[in-house]
Amino acid sequence: MARIVGGLTTSHIPAIGNAVPKEKELVNDPYWREFFAAYPPARAWLRKMRPDVAIVIYNDHGLNFFLDKMPTFAIGAAAKYENADEGWGIPKTPPFQGDPELSWHIIESLVEDEIDVTSCQEMLVDHGFTVPMQLFWPDFSYTDVKTVPVCINTVQHPLPSPMRCYRLGQAIGRAIESYPKDLRVVVLGTGGMSHQLDGERAGFINKKFDRMCLDKIVDEPELLTRYSIPELIREAGAQGAEFILWLTMRGALHPKVKKITSSYHIAISNTATGLLVLENSDPSAEAPLKQTARLSAD
Amino acid sequence: MSVITHHDIHIPGTYLFDGKAAIKGYALNKMCYSFNSAENRAEFLKDEDAYCTKYGLNDEQRKAIRERNVLALIHAGGCIYYLAKFAGIFGLNVQDVGAQQTGMTVEEFKKMLKAQGE
Repeated sequence: MARIVGGLTTSHIPAIGNAVPKEKELVNDPYWREFFAAYPPARAWLRKMRPDVAIVIYNDHGLNFFLDKMPTFAIGAAAKYENADEGWGIPKTPPFQGDPELSWHIIESLVEDEIDVTSCQEMLVDHGFTVPMQLFWPDFSYTDVKTVPVCINTVQHPLPSPMRCYRLGQAIGRAIESYPKDLRVVVLGTGGMSHQLDGERAGFINKKFDRMCLDKIVDEPELLTRYSIPELIREAGAQGAEFILWLTMRGALHPKVKKITSSYHIAISNTATGLLVLENSDPSAEAPLKQTARLSAD
Repeated sequence: MSVITHHDIHIPGTYLFDGKAAIKGYALNKMCYSFNSAENRAEFLKDEDAYCTKYGLNDEQRKAIRERNVLALIHAGGCIYYLAKFAGIFGLNVQDVGAQQTGMTVEEFKKMLKAQGE
């Protein structure tokens, strides 16, 4: 059976997309040093866990979707995903491998679970997807990992609530853990933390709130699902609402997780950046029981 | 049952892009979305006014585009994610756009960001 080995979250600011190819020079740059210093432990954990698949929970910022059709939840079901010109000069990256069979299993399982999604057999992925993949698998080493993009609308209100996204994550978790192939899966939640790009409040950052979220999401994520979207925006800024993507990731993991590493930095571009790596609790303690039951039933 | 919609909740200096804004700004956002393509960016730069006409922008939107005024573009129904593509044509990033909206210089804006970490 497929197994979720853990979850990772990271900010996905476009400026990082431009910086990542120059990481080796920038590790000593005063602006970037602290940001890049956070990633080696996450990458070491990924090398140890050897995931076959990454489920990437992200938001499209106006590359694949426009306001003519704006799905709340959309899932890629393609064999390959590419990025493209976003208008302000992000470099083109090598394509990402898909896993259509797993995508369709997740789509079927979600709809069965009463969460309706838009399936996409063609889908461009923007910086919300590509920057985290580049950060976690440097030098484009992500080409060995299959991906399933899960896109959540943060462009046009109403946005799905933190609770709804957490439940989507739980349903994704159930979908993956019912997939018959032996796959090691990681779930990425991208974006955040507090930031605001528009209005007179542009540049708003809330360190206290972000720190609280980074702490609570580990063992008490359900506390964070009580926020409404307007409350989340008041505390984390208009684009800080991307924290719903982190909560979706957390929903896909087991209630008990182990924190591998976390980091918080103000600021890259207009954004307080956050990194978090959680290892899923090992379900092997329960596995023999399930297996015994199955064997006797057979 | 009464429904609390997002525009009933006021957060100072913050404009949630909701259905009302999506209707108002459709033409403007559609034009800015077209700037994902280099060919369209070049066409806009060649004749801005003709390009605005092609997308059916109203007077308020055309004025805000002419003046490169981000707050006015938001008031005219613009969504920041699409407006960022318009700003990108002129090499402006989110810090330039943030400085413009808050009435700061870019240096002051960057200092303000950093200070929130101290």
